[in-house]
Formats: sequence, structure tokens, C-alpha cells
Amino acid sequence: MAKLELRGVVKRFGTNTVCDGIDLDVEQGQMVCLIGASGAGKSTLLRCINLLEPTEDGEIFLDGEDIAVPGLDPQSVRARIGMVFQSYNLFPHMTALENALLAPRRVHGLSRTEAQPDVEALFTRFGLADRMQNYPDQLSGGQQQRVAIVRALAMKPEVMLFDEITSALDPQLVGEVLDVLLQLKDQGMTMVLATHEMGFAREAADKVCFLQDGRIIEEGPPDQVFGSPKRAETKAFLERALK
Amino acid sequence: MTQDKAAGMTRRERFEAQQRRRSLVIAATSTTLVVAALVIFVPMSPGWEKVQKSFFNGAVLAQTFPKLLDAFLINVMIFAWSAPAIAVLGLLIALARDAKSPALFPLRIFGAAFTDVFRGVPVILTVYLIGFGIPGLGLPRPWNSPYIWGSLALILTYSAYVAEIFRAGIDSVHHSQRSAALSLGLSERQMMRDVVLPQAVRNVVPSQMNMLIALQKDVSLLSFIGPVEIFRQAGVFKSLLANFTPYVGAAIIFLFVTIPATRYADYLMSRQMRERR
Amino acid sequence: MAKTISIAAASLVLMTSAAFAEGHCAAGKTLTEGKLTVATGNPAYYPWVLNDDPESGDGFEAEVAYAVAAEMGFAEEDVVWVRSSFDEAIQPGAKNFDLNMQQYSITPEREQVVDFSAPYYTAPMAVLVGSGAVDTPPTFEALKSLKWGAVGTTTAVPKLTEVVQPDSDPLLYGDNADVNAAIIANQIDAALFDLPTALFLSAVMIEGSKVIGQFVPDASDNPDQFGMLMEEGNPLKTCVDDALAAMTESGALAEIEARWLQDTTGVPLID
Repeated sequence: MAKLELRGVVKRFGTNTVCDGIDLDVEQGQMVCLIGASGAGKSTLLRCINLLEPTEDGEIFLDGEDIAVPGLDPQSVRARIGMVFQSYNLFPHMTALENALLAPRRVHGLSRTEAQPDVEALFTRFGLADRMQNYPDQLSGGQQQRVAIVRALAMKPEVMLFDEITSALDPQLVGEVLDVLLQLKDQGMTMVLATHEMGFAREAADKVCFLQDGRIIEEGPPDQVFGSPKRAETKAFLERALK
Repeated sequence: MTQDKAAGMTRRERFEAQQRRRSLVIAATSTTLVVAALVIFVPMSPGWEKVQKSFFNGAVLAQTFPKLLDAFLINVMIFAWSAPAIAVLGLLIALARDAKSPALFPLRIFGAAFTDVFRGVPVILTVYLIGFGIPGLGLPRPWNSPYIWGSLALILTYSAYVAEIFRAGIDSVHHSQRSAALSLGLSERQMMRDVVLPQAVRNVVPSQMNMLIALQKDVSLLSFIGPVEIFRQAGVFKSLLANFTPYVGAAIIFLFVTIPATRYADYLMSRQMRERR
Repeated sequence: MAKTISIAAASLVLMTSAAFAEGHCAAGKTLTEGKLTVATGNPAYYPWVLNDDPESGDGFEAEVAYAVAAEMGFAEEDVVWVRSSFDEAIQPGAKNFDLNMQQYSITPEREQVVDFSAPYYTAPMAVLVGSGAVDTPPTFEALKSLKWGAVGTTTAVPKLTEVVQPDSDPLLYGDNADVNAAIIANQIDAALFDLPTALFLSAVMIEGSKVIGQFVPDASDNPDQFGMLMEEGNPLKTCVDDALAAMTESGALAEIEARWLQDTTGVPLID
């Protein structure tokens, strides 16, 4: 049984079908990268996985349990699945530390003193110990994104979702964020990334999925998908993307 | 000093310094001419003496000013207890209007009706209806005081406007903030309390300042149901002395308070504009 | 009926008058030539005007208006009524009436900005109390402890501050109607009105209220004398004063007063 299993997930916005029957398995500890053009459905798929968007059809199994059942309370699921966004979405009225402490205190009911040590350890681990008391507008883009990752990790999730988290960064700041992802992978985190960073995906991913028009057209190990793509569409996309 | 500086200045710096001096002289001359014209020609206009005696009478102003200031304290007092109540009630009404749970549907309707009614009826009507009408139902003293019910009329009216501003503030918090909060496992209520509302309130402070300033002036409407605040006191003087200068005095006192307030509100607004860019 | 009597009486005096336009005092001095425009309150109260209908000529001020008009040579139908608020009229400036009769007290301050006719009535001021204070004795001491209200622009205000000197600050209102509302709402105990108005209000408008006393006419300042208000410098004043003088001499004015202001006796004096 895979950690995360998607079966026939369908998501529509009005008359527009954005996810058109997605099947996907993510094993524990695996890093799966979703690639594809903008509008292919990558972001939407991620938002369906942590129930930010309700699905029209299909099942999503987390540890064998279907979490896509209509009417299910999404809160407990979301506490187990962390998500990091393209535009960081840090809370501007709180310091970095407070950003990360908020959910553990509110959702897990921990007091400040109970939650702080673990959270501070996270900051230290990712090189942000001296930035904990800063507000988001005092941090660079790369630092903000790393704080966003720490914030999500503070909830000790079982799965992490990353929605094009380096797309909004200046090129020289991308590296520090990708390093964090590698660290997480080494620690055995189950990760699903929507990304344009082809080089990173090729190096680090366990599985790459190419999406087009709401369907996974091709999937496989990175060497196969990048090196010898089976489908013409994949080839065309890679040619454009890697130019 | 200037010589040394000039020796070290670039060609452009010298030119700009000269331009600045010229602008200064022109501005000073122009302003002096205008002020002189006002001071010389306005008193020469027909009827000026009458107007001055009636509206800008120094003796009357000096005589009435102390008591006007006293009366203004009543305005300040009414403002001081009304403003916090308005802030609280306005926020509650805003939250009521946005209530999502079906069980709270009556609250949504109530919120909508509240804002429709109290934004739709002229404040003075509300002051009369509530300030006289409710005590007229037979309340004992001191519960029937016009201060209580008149202030309540102001509070209900202004809460309606303030609520709508809060709602706009809540809407202005980008939905990506909600996504982030929810994805962390926060409930809707926790998201509102910890993430959305703090930002929403901060966002609308400049707009709410404008409401505060309007309230400062509308407190005078309570003069119609009895309290002798500054507008009523000025009116009493006007009758006693057959002179409008007390009203001018009241206006001056108001400006002392409202001008700093409006300047501060403008400052907050422009700072917010700058931050947005 | 009352109108007819006054006009008959006045006509006798004016036996020798010919057509209006010639030789009449008021010719060329009114807003509209040939018409006398008189203003009254909105609403106009008993006993000054009955049923808020001045055209009927019923009510003390209504009848006096028609009588003075007739003295000056205006026929009944030449009297035009308009309404004005109390406040409006005592502003300086041009008026939309020739005369305004609304129980205006003649004061030196007001005389600076408007003109008054000779007095047509001397009005004692009386204390009207709401149902909660009807047992208050008519003494200065007792009056001090009451919660007072008054119309902010009237002579009641200085009377309160100088003569009554209440212990707590009075509440002030824009017009009589609001003072009445405040008494009914029990927000104030007492208010000052001229005696006839006070009696009317206690009998008809404010349930359970009572006129507990009137001020001795010379208490501290001049007794309140009502005059017809007109624009400052209005040449019509001499005509009006002449008419009033004639009516006083002939006893017509006293007769009208007796007819409408009969029951002002029996109210104790305050001491």
C-alpha cells in the first residue's frame, strides 16, 4: 500500500475540467515531481490532495483511507499534509517564529514553551536561527520560502506538497531552497513537487510525472522521462522547456 | 562658507541651487502679494464691517470662548465612549454578515438588515427616534437619559458603516493567506482570528479614521435632544448676543481637533499606498 | 364670529377711509402691495391660534393680527398667512413676511437685529412640570432641585440661569415640541413657558403635567412683553404701532385678550 494513492481524481471549475481522471501512487519517502505547462493542472492537483479544493470524482487514499469522501472534516487531514506555496504566503503580521508556532499551538494545543524547542530546532537545521525574530518583509525571497517550509514542517506532517516553490525567486536564491528540499528527502519525507526546475527534478526525483490537459501523459524514473521520453507530447514539452 | 562650497560644487549643483533661490523668491513674493491684497481689499468691500461685527467679532469671541470650550468637553466625552463601542459592534456585525454556518443564517439576515437600515436612515432621524422615542416608553431616570439613547443612536448608525468597512478589509486579505492558514490545519475560526482579522483590521485603519472624524462632528446631533454640547451652546450665545461669532468660535474649536486627525488619517493612507507598491 | 366683531369695531374707527391704495399708512410698505403677510409658528399652538388654523381668526394672536390688519385698512382676504420657525425669524436679514407673531419677547439683543412693534401682551412666565414632579411647591428653593429643560434660543434660558439657578445643568432643545417630548420621556422635570402656553400644554399636550406657579412679573428683569416681529428698519412699524395704540385705547385689545386668555388666573405666584 503506497503512502498516497490517487484513483481517477476529477476536478472541474465550472465547465472547465482541470483534472481529468488522475491516477498516481506516491510511496513512503519518495519524491515525485510533477512537470508540465502552466494550466496543465499541477497546482490544482496538489490543492486537491490536501483538500483545499473539493474533488468532483475519484478517491484519494492516505495510508489506505479515502480522504476525498464528501463531507469529511478536512482539518485533521490537512494537519498531516503540509503545503508550501509559490508566493510563500507567510503571515505578514507575525515574526518568522510566530508564523511557525501558530499551527502547533492552535491545532495541536501545545503551549508556547512546549512547541518552541522543536520549532527552533527546525529553524537552526535550515540555517535560519538568526532570522526567527524577523518579520517577513525583512527577509529575502529565499529566506521567506525557507521559513514557509519550516512553518509547514512544524506540524510534523507525513507528506509535504510543494507548488512551484522556486518560480517566484531570483535565480541566485533558488539554490538555497533546493538544498532544503534535498535535506528533507534525505530525512525520508514523502514529497510531491510541482516544479519547473528540470535540472533538480532530474537529479533528485524518484519519479517524474508529465501532465497535460489534466491527465498524466507519461510517468517514470527521471532518466527515462527526461532522457528517452516515450510520448511525443513529452518530447515537445521538454524541448521547449529546456531551450 | 558658500564660496568654499561653490568652489567644490559641480556645474549642475550650482545651477540647481540658483534655480531653488529663484523659486523661493518668486513664491515669497507671490504669497506676500496675495496676503496683502486680502488684508487691504477685503475690509474695503461693502458690508465687510457688518460681516465682521456679526461673524468675526473679537470681543464676542473672547467672551464666549471659555464656555464653548466647556461645552466641547461634552462632545469629547460622548465621542470617547461611543467610538470604542462602535469599533466593537462594527466588527461583530461584519462577522455576522460573513457567517457561513447554516445555523447562523438568522445572524446573517440580521446583519444585512442592520446595515441596510442604519446606513439608510438619516442620522438625525435615528437620534430623534431612539433618543426621544425609547425613553418615551416610560423608562425611569437615569436610564432614560438622552446621553445614553442619543449615544446609542450614534453607535448603531456608525457601526453599520464601520461594519461594511471591516467587511471590505476582510475581503481584501488575499485568499492565498487563507490557503496557507487552512493548509496548516487551522479551522475556519482560527484562521479568521489569527490570520485574517489582524490583517483586515490593519488594512482598514485609514478608512476607519475617516469614520472617526465624521463621528467627531456628528456628536453635535445630540444637541437636538437636550445635551448642551458646543453647537447648542453656540446657539444659546447667538440668541443672547444676536451675533454669529460663537458659531465661528465653535468651528475653530472643532478644527483644532479635526485637522490633526485628518492629517494623521491622510498620512496613514499614503503610507499604506506606498507599502502596497 | 370673533373675526367679524373685531373687523366691525375696526371699521367703525376707519369710517372715513377710502380705497386702500390712497392715504393708508401701510401703502407701499408691505411685501406685496395691498396684502399683509403675517407669519406664525409651525405648528401654531392654542391659545394663540386654534387648531393650527390662523385663517379662521380663532386664537389670541390670530384675532389680534386680523384686528391690526383691519386698523391699517386691510380686508380679511388681504391677510396672507405664512409659517416660519421661531429661530428663522430672529436671524438678521430680509424676511418673507411683514409681521411675525409667535409669542416673541421683546429684548434689547433681538432689537439689534430685528424690529418689534409695541407690545400687544404682557406675559408672565410659568413653570410647567411633568407628572413626576406635580407635588413640587412653588418656591425658588424647590425649583432649584428640579431637572430643567428649555428652548435654547428663548428668554427662558437667561431666566433659568439668573432667576432659578438650578442645581443641575438644564438640557436645551430646538423648539417647544422637543421640550414637550423630553417632559413626556421624563428626561426633564420642568420647563418655563409663557403662562397661556403652559396652561395649554398641561391641559392638552402633556398628560399628568401641571402648571405649578408663575413668576412675579418684575422678578429680576423686565416682564416678558410680546411684540410683533419685523425686519429691521421696516417702515411698517409706525403703522402697526399706531394700530395697536388705537386698539388699546378703544379697549379692543383688552377685549380680545379677555376672550382668549381668560383662565390665566388661579396659578400661584412663585416666591
